[in-house]
Amino acid sequence: MPTIHYTDAAGETRDIEANVGDSVMETAVRNGVPGIVAECGGSLSCATCHVFVREDELEQLPGMSEMEDEMLYGTAVDREDCSRLSCQIKVTDGMELHVTTPETQV
Amino acid sequence: MSTHTPERAERSGTDVAAGPEAGAATRPETGLLIIGASQAGVQLAISLRGTGFDEHITLLGEEDHRPYQRPALSKEFLQDKVDKENLIFRSQQYWDEHDIELVKGARIVRIERHAPAEDGRRDGSGVAVAADGTRYPYRRLALAVGARARRLELEGAELDGVVYLRSADDALALKARLGDFRDVVVVGGGFIGLEAACSLHGMGKHVTVLEHGPRLVGRAVGEDTSEYFLRSHRERGIDIRLEARMRRLVPGTGERAGSVAGVELEDGTVVDAQLVLVGIGVVPNTELAEQMGLAVDNGIVVDRHAVASDGTTVAVGDVANMPNPLPGAPEGERIRLESVNNAIEHAKVAAYSLTGRQEEYAGIPWFWSNQADLKLQIAGLTLGYDSTVVRRDDAKGRFSVLYYRGGQVIAADCVNAPLDFMAVRAALGKGQNIPAGAAADPAVPLKTLVVDRTAQEVPA
Repeated sequence: MPTIHYTDAAGETRDIEANVGDSVMETAVRNGVPGIVAECGGSLSCATCHVFVREDELEQLPGMSEMEDEMLYGTAVDREDCSRLSCQIKVTDGMELHVTTPETQV
Repeated sequence: MSTHTPERAERSGTDVAAGPEAGAATRPETGLLIIGASQAGVQLAISLRGTGFDEHITLLGEEDHRPYQRPALSKEFLQDKVDKENLIFRSQQYWDEHDIELVKGARIVRIERHAPAEDGRRDGSGVAVAADGTRYPYRRLALAVGARARRLELEGAELDGVVYLRSADDALALKARLGDFRDVVVVGGGFIGLEAACSLHGMGKHVTVLEHGPRLVGRAVGEDTSEYFLRSHRERGIDIRLEARMRRLVPGTGERAGSVAGVELEDGTVVDAQLVLVGIGVVPNTELAEQMGLAVDNGIVVDRHAVASDGTTVAVGDVANMPNPLPGAPEGERIRLESVNNAIEHAKVAAYSLTGRQEEYAGIPWFWSNQADLKLQIAGLTLGYDSTVVRRDDAKGRFSVLYYRGGQVIAADCVNAPLDFMAVRAALGKGQNIPAGAAADPAVPLKTLVVDRTAQEVPA
């Protein structure tokens, strides 16, 4: 199964088996991963599911839309080059993704 | 309202033949009973575990679904972009691991409060009694009972094909009918009505929106934004009629007798409809609070800590009438907010209350509504605004309105303009201002205009 590795700001990691087609945000929320709030439930309206993707895994993800790009300017912790909104990342077959959650989302 | 058979309390074991419903089950006492398992109730349970509350929590849901998110029902769910599983808040494993007992299909009809102690004080404990007689004793109580869809009071409103869109069952029933109609009338030009109208129009349905008021979304946005939505939706082919006066719903004939066939307006014209979707607002579910003797006034009256008038019951989310949480709001101003953001933030404050931490609810309310290609984001509250600034960039399809009170920005409606939304939300959160003068130029990022409030108040 695809696995998403969520590391919090303190460095603690949780590995969650994910379903293909779910988003990285949905996988986190359903399993109660702290650090991902996702107020809008994935409709790209709130920027509270911000994650930092491990640099070397960024390339394999589909690019972001202009809307996601703009929403990232409103995250609680400033965006970095490896920032994404996890609601916009779909889990794919065999995916092994490492993301770090910011200190706060609101 | 619930038509399904409630899940009986087989897990509690003992059947205590006490109370009026002999033979009904009594559950073991829970530390906190949360009535209502939608956004606010769920968040309260989750936040309590985050704050170190270690007593057993029982979360009662009236519906026969695991707790789910509602906003997508009128949008992505209706459009088949997500399924029910995507809307589930938490896996069962999460609830189990956190000692939160989830009960579906439990409709509470009565609260029996324990008698006050000798000094007249109540400790907040009591028993909630469900429609099937099951008794849920608790030490503390939280009411997260939400609101229900306001019913249409009109001749023909009981006809088959007249539907509402508040719950997952409503949405499932609507989806099951999708093949049966071509013409739909949406009654009400608020968020739910317009979101559903756009979803159905996008599926090829012929959609007419009947709005009683003079403009769309009159309760939530200003005139400029109403006008923008009106034009956009008319351009895409949705028939919108403002100040629409309905006389009755018209039944079909022959095989369609008993089903709705159209809506007759006061001028005698009939708008064809094999489906009438009603979205005319909600009514807070205050019956239990009234029965308990709590203060009720357009919702359950709570203080800044989400505590009701008895000093012990907490009430959160759509059902709560609370002090305006916007920093700097006029003293004594009260408000009831229907939004996900409020459900979450209010539940967090209630969680602190229940664990003895006295945090006041203060925050920047925000809302969203996705309607076809229009993404509306609202920051702040427009209560008492005295002027507006419109930022409009038609080439990019962006549109924002900033609202001011005494020269201070207090809110913004932003359509396809997340940068504006973010800038205003951040400025409000930091107590800063975006002076009106330069804000009208959409080419200037609002972020660059932000000034400290104190600096702006110094006379030039």
